[in-house]
Amino acid sequence: MIQTAVQITRGGRSPFPKSPVSFDDKLGGAELRAKAIDVLQVNVGKLCNQACKHCHVDAGPKRTEIMTRDVIDECLRVLRENKISTLDITGGAPDMIPDFRYFVTEAKKTGAKVIVRHNLTVMFEENQTDLPEFFAANQIEVVSSLPYFLPQQTDAQRGRGVFEKSIEALKKLNAVGYGINENLILNLVYNPTGAFLPPPQTAIEADFKRELKTRYGIEFNNLFTITNMPIARYLDWLRRSKNEESYMRKLVNAFNPATVDGLMCRNLISVDWTGNLSDCDFNQMLNLGLENNAPQTIAEFDFGKLNARRIVTGSHCLGCTAGAGSSCGGAVAEGT
Amino acid sequence: MSYYNEEDLGRFGEIAKHKPELFEKFLAWYGACQEEGALSKREKALIGLAVAVTVQCPYCIEAFTNSSLENGSNMEQMTEAIHLASAIRGGASLIHGIQSHNAHDKVSM
Repeated sequence: MIQTAVQITRGGRSPFPKSPVSFDDKLGGAELRAKAIDVLQVNVGKLCNQACKHCHVDAGPKRTEIMTRDVIDECLRVLRENKISTLDITGGAPDMIPDFRYFVTEAKKTGAKVIVRHNLTVMFEENQTDLPEFFAANQIEVVSSLPYFLPQQTDAQRGRGVFEKSIEALKKLNAVGYGINENLILNLVYNPTGAFLPPPQTAIEADFKRELKTRYGIEFNNLFTITNMPIARYLDWLRRSKNEESYMRKLVNAFNPATVDGLMCRNLISVDWTGNLSDCDFNQMLNLGLENNAPQTIAEFDFGKLNARRIVTGSHCLGCTAGAGSSCGGAVAEGT
Repeated sequence: MSYYNEEDLGRFGEIAKHKPELFEKFLAWYGACQEEGALSKREKALIGLAVAVTVQCPYCIEAFTNSSLENGSNMEQMTEAIHLASAIRGGASLIHGIQSHNAHDKVSM
């Protein structure tokens, strides 16, 4: 389904990347529909202590958009009333909003698995130093970005000094048992530090495990490879560096039909900080709501009307179908 | 006009125009050589980069730089591969210096 009207622009230019072939053409006319709702992914806002170059949320320290308790309570109600196995909390830095710990502790009571996308450096902010213990006490699955096991690549993408702090943070997570105890899962995220696709997930995971262990004594569970989505701040960078055309050609050429079955939009629903629903976090950032006849807000959530909805797509979706594919849980297929 | 146009890399398939069956054989061979085997894809991409620099093909250099990155290599590893290729190339010149020595010795008292 082609994207609907969008009000946002990027410095007067389209928020969508210019692709030589449309996503729907690559799908060959097949209709993309949800087939389940296993994950409620809640983006609690754009506030973050970092301002990464590739951020699809345009998050940063000056952003003020954060989720209120009322919207959080609606998300909790949906979790209680529906069979949704996983709550995936993201941002921004979700841990920075005032009601973050309320959200996590109440969500755990629903029996759902709770994932927090934690940026590591936030634990050095004021009143956040006990985050490792808080995560451990609630058996939260922690997912953290570390684009590479060396400082140069990590700092180039996430800001000067981020690598060193991230390593310290990982050591603190290890110290409370993350990545070591079987109930305390610590997953890392690799994403390319430029206009290229991620390596095969299993190969780069082995590199990360070896290098982080030998260099820093750090352990973790899994590495997810995520393709940079050509929207928002990353699209700005592609344009500034004159890589938009070649990157989109690369995504088109690497289109892998085997990824379509495992696309995250097919078993996930995304909630923004105001309670609006989208098919994924990327659509959310492009102001793409759900298809017209579906419920549009968390307050209107209706499992029966949502779990076979038609997915709203755009040229950016080519980022999820290139090579081994990409999702919030990493690769979705064998690479091509 | 430059002899090397970046866009020509995307036109590589046009070389099949007058002899498609040979180009098909080349593509199958070229592709198979880069598949995971006794060597990993990453090792093969680094070999490709080293050879590309050695044969000084700008298309191959761009392609195998990207391939190395997309197989998880970093610039330190890629630069080591480039140095090794260059050193072998330098050494290959240098070893021929012995021929010069031999030639000198042959005509010298």
